[in-house]
Amino acid sequence: MIRMQPSVESTQTIADSDAVAVERTLAGDRDAFRVLVERHSHNVFRLAYRMTRNRPDAEEVVQEAFLRAYQKLGKFEARANFGTWVYRIAANYAIDRMRQRKKEEARKVEPAVREEGMENDPVALVHDAAPTPERLAHNIELRKQMEIALAALSYSERTAFVMRHWEGCAIEEIAAVLKSSSGAAKNTVFRAVQKLRLALQPFVGRGAQARAIGTES
Amino acid sequence: MKHMTEEELIAYKEGVAAQRAVIAQHLAACEECRAELERIETVLAALDSLPVPNPGDDYGRHVWQQIAPRLPERPARWWQEWFEPRRLSALGAVAALIVVAFLFGRYSRDRRTPDTSASTEQIRERVLIVAVGDHLSRSEMFLVELSNAQPNLSSEKLVNISAEQRRAEDLLEENRLYRQTALQEGDKVMASTLDELERFLLDVANSPDEITSAQLEKIRQKIEARGILFKVRVVGRELQERQKATTPAPAQNDSTKVERNKA
Repeated sequence: MIRMQPSVESTQTIADSDAVAVERTLAGDRDAFRVLVERHSHNVFRLAYRMTRNRPDAEEVVQEAFLRAYQKLGKFEARANFGTWVYRIAANYAIDRMRQRKKEEARKVEPAVREEGMENDPVALVHDAAPTPERLAHNIELRKQMEIALAALSYSERTAFVMRHWEGCAIEEIAAVLKSSSGAAKNTVFRAVQKLRLALQPFVGRGAQARAIGTES
Repeated sequence: MKHMTEEELIAYKEGVAAQRAVIAQHLAACEECRAELERIETVLAALDSLPVPNPGDDYGRHVWQQIAPRLPERPARWWQEWFEPRRLSALGAVAALIVVAFLFGRYSRDRRTPDTSASTEQIRERVLIVAVGDHLSRSEMFLVELSNAQPNLSSEKLVNISAEQRRAEDLLEENRLYRQTALQEGDKVMASTLDELERFLLDVANSPDEITSAQLEKIRQKIEARGILFKVRVVGRELQERQKATTPAPAQNDSTKVERNKA
């Protein structure tokens, strides 16, 4: 007799909320956990990519976050907020991964600025379907400077900035990941934005100039 | 008119400002602050355009396929976590602390006259004072060493601070525990000092492994500017005083104990 694998759709009816899926996983239904993985993978990937700034590391963070979540599921109490919880696990692991990556990159002479995805880069295409050479050059330079500025932030600053500015996490969530007080987490967000501003303001200003030149030509 | 600080404008933009309505009201009336906020927003808008690759519609399924073979049959129950090696070592530390508290209590009771018995609460407080005092003196030593570091500003060579980072991480773990305890106990001065110390330790722990001499100099200046070392010293001295006050005076003659033991 061939045993049919339960599809995600059929388990969806049982686990129409994270809380139910968590309960079922704890009761031994591994497919209920599959629902959670499929539901939250994209969001966790986005967070992981923004923190690590590269795809292989982000994918590793996603997998590790779900593995850790499964292992610790028995300890998870706020069962309706599985998404927030796995987010926190992912952010913590991303910090570990960034530290590890830094050690690996320390061996290299110059840190390479990733060109990945440049061909589809909205920065390169923004405002103009046929950018002038000046504007294209500026956009490439700006993208490079943004990567450098983000890489120059400390791990806690980058985490705080990504979680607050891009992911809209509550300060309490950020504080929990940074293992600090809410005041310290707020201060870390401020420091991150201040540093990014200091590093990027001259290039953003130049962008306006480049746009003006592009319009004139 | 008093303008908004950069910190207030960033907090406003990021939605974490305590006095949002006040800032909004000011912005409505102040062109200069509006222009400053716009400059902040321009930088953030540029950052918003950084792309995040789309991992694909079936990414969730792909993740599941990758992790499914590595998942244990059932998730661990909460009590199983207590048998993880990391937890076992923490349990060992707690057990050691209890033994120390017990021996300390016994030892101090032996040295006292029979009619004065220390309560469990007092013993607990004494142990806590000793532990936090020890933590503060180690933090002080760490801060002094960092303050006395003399980076060669003319040198372009990177300084490896991984050893300091490990020390900061170790101190950080303890610091969190003591800060939470101080908060629970309502000791605001202690909690605030430990909070400041924690922020600094976090900075060091999360710095890159290798930093320039100029960055090391900045860390050194941060210790001075925030007065962390001074605050740690003051609170540490206060604890020493409290320790002296709560520790009973040594017995006049140890022969009493010997005699009692003989009896």
